[in-house]
Amino acid sequence: MKRHLLSAADLTRDDAELVLRTAEELRSLADRPIKKLPALRGRTVVNLFFEDSTRTRISFEAAAKRLSADVINFSAKGSSLSKGESLKDTALTLEAMGADAVVVRHGASGAPHRLAHSGWVRSSVVNAGDGTHEHPTQALLDAFTMWRHLGSLDGRRVAIVGDVLHSRVARSNALLLHTLGAEVTLVAPPTLFPVGIDTWGVETSYDLDAVLPKADVVMMLRVQRERMNASFFPTAREYSRRYGLDGKRMRTLQDHTIVMHPGPMVRGMEITADVADSDRSVIVEQVTNGVAVRMAVLYLLLSGAEGVAGADESENDA
Amino acid sequence: MTAYLIKNVAILGGAPTDLLLEDGVVASIGAGVSADGAEVIDATGLIALPGLVDLHTHLREPGREDAETVESGTQAAALGGFTAVHAMANTEPVADTAGVVEQVWRLGREAGYCDVYPVGAVTVGLAGTQLAELGAMADSAARVRVFSDDGKCVSDAVLMRRALEYVKAFDGVIAQHAQEPRLTEGAQMNEGDLSGRLGLAGWPAVAEEAIIARDCLLAAHVGSRLHVCHVSTAGSVEIVRWAKSKGWNVTAEACPHHLLLTDELAASYNPIYKVNPPLRTAADGEALRAGLADGTIDIVATDHAPHPHEDKDCEWAAAAFGMLGLETALSIVQETMVDPGLLDWAGVADRMSYAPARIGRVSDHGRPIEQGAPANVVLYDPSVRRTVEPSESASLSRNTPYAGMELPGRVVATFLRGTATVLDGKLQ
Repeated sequence: MKRHLLSAADLTRDDAELVLRTAEELRSLADRPIKKLPALRGRTVVNLFFEDSTRTRISFEAAAKRLSADVINFSAKGSSLSKGESLKDTALTLEAMGADAVVVRHGASGAPHRLAHSGWVRSSVVNAGDGTHEHPTQALLDAFTMWRHLGSLDGRRVAIVGDVLHSRVARSNALLLHTLGAEVTLVAPPTLFPVGIDTWGVETSYDLDAVLPKADVVMMLRVQRERMNASFFPTAREYSRRYGLDGKRMRTLQDHTIVMHPGPMVRGMEITADVADSDRSVIVEQVTNGVAVRMAVLYLLLSGAEGVAGADESENDA
Repeated sequence: MTAYLIKNVAILGGAPTDLLLEDGVVASIGAGVSADGAEVIDATGLIALPGLVDLHTHLREPGREDAETVESGTQAAALGGFTAVHAMANTEPVADTAGVVEQVWRLGREAGYCDVYPVGAVTVGLAGTQLAELGAMADSAARVRVFSDDGKCVSDAVLMRRALEYVKAFDGVIAQHAQEPRLTEGAQMNEGDLSGRLGLAGWPAVAEEAIIARDCLLAAHVGSRLHVCHVSTAGSVEIVRWAKSKGWNVTAEACPHHLLLTDELAASYNPIYKVNPPLRTAADGEALRAGLADGTIDIVATDHAPHPHEDKDCEWAAAAFGMLGLETALSIVQETMVDPGLLDWAGVADRMSYAPARIGRVSDHGRPIEQGAPANVVLYDPSVRRTVEPSESASLSRNTPYAGMELPGRVVATFLRGTATVLDGKLQ
């Protein structure tokens, strides 16, 4: 693997499958009474969160701790960041403290990229969500979840439904699922597709009902009600009627089709409670898998595992 | 005052001849001119152009002297072959009163590296709500003729109409920063295939083109002069071409960075490439070059925009818009226009000297190199190639997107009214 995980596009198919296989091994830990491995003993992982995201932060924290790494949580709230300290100075501080990996969540697209390639830090950088760009470990845990339910993703049809324009989850999933051979269809009202979506190598549709019966996986994305204030859709009710997954629509799915959501859900908006809590829903399992996948990522980045294709860390090491 | 006898120089790239600059004017031209006591410059292989005139420069003083001062900015201008620059109004305080424009004008005279023509703000504080005292600025010692809220668009159609009408009283021009604000809220880069993939908020071409179309119609309606700043899209070129075909009094500028660079550079997330309007596609660049060649785009203007290091050494969204331009403009015009055969050196003189001076109503600059004209001359060596080294810039800032890039040509000497501001490529 490359030294950093900034984009799902950084992963070759071999890389991604190695992460999934490693995650599968590590997931079995969750069933043991003592959930800890010594693999990263003495290494330091910093969770650098410029945006609130309790679920992602605790997922990375649990992953690092189960590998015996020391974990430092650095959040924007209540730190020098709120006093105007720059990303660079924060990075230099962390570097001086001897971080081996920096897990960064930032509201600005490309911030992890800057952290990795500006010569500020020598540690590995893991993108834990940047602006409206990417969230590669979410895509990995989603792929891992699909893989456990469906086996190989080759030719599997995945519908991703919702606010594609603002979704880092959609971008990372589209890239990774394409790498893994799945056929992705993005579904949204036209206002919530970015310009240039036709160059993503995925199918797109404005018609959820036409897509659902063919899907093996339906992934619902969070849609903020406030988007209606910027005229992306007229009202929350109209959005739900046209693009929400409710019990009636769920009944048009194939028997084996699973329903996913990266969380946090807006129940009643993009997904109804009866769907979220149904047998098809693997939403809670996604959370469990998230820890295993993040363990695998930290392990593979920090233990310098060999034998992974696409290792090319020199070109961007400014 | 030193006289300069420039031997074997190709005026506008023509046949080599001799050129005598004496007492602030072009004293004589012709082979075998001699002058006792004149300093002789062997200009074999060099081209003489009229001193360049920039209609769009940010000198940052007053207010942001950490980024640039009138002195450092005009030094950079001289090194780039400019003898006159128009200093944009978005300083702190804004150049929206006679007092501020006179201060900038006076600082330019004291610095002495090139003439500084302050641009007056169209609206008070660039706020877009109330006309600034345009007449007071026009009547001031700075004799302002170009008015612009550059950095912000005069988006209110009524206010724009009134501004266009009002400046007719003193032959002024409104230089519009064409950017529909609602279509560009939070915009970070050109809206296209790449912005979607990078997750950076898009700055769509239509936000520029819609304002240009509206302003052309307004200028025609009230019979005024409109100048369009930093045209960046193929569609904008088409609209300006259409307006000119109607005989309307519309002029337009293109910036060197839009001629040379494309939005693909944003994929690095390095905000050295963040500029407003943003870098566009290769097709847009091609349309701009074609427009500049056929005269649809009247001039090249640098939009030289210095920023301190910390405003670029950060994440993209937090970074300031803008890049340096004065010291590389002529080289980029050679690279993109002259070397490919789109423009000859006479054309360069027009686009970078005569036409900008005409639009800015500057009479002492932008004159052909002929006997009796003010001795504003630049000597340029088009045959060398150089690698851009930011630390060598006279600007106080280092935000050049061309660092490490090899560009053709080098300014050897610049003369302002017969005084050398640059000799042997070095500031005097």
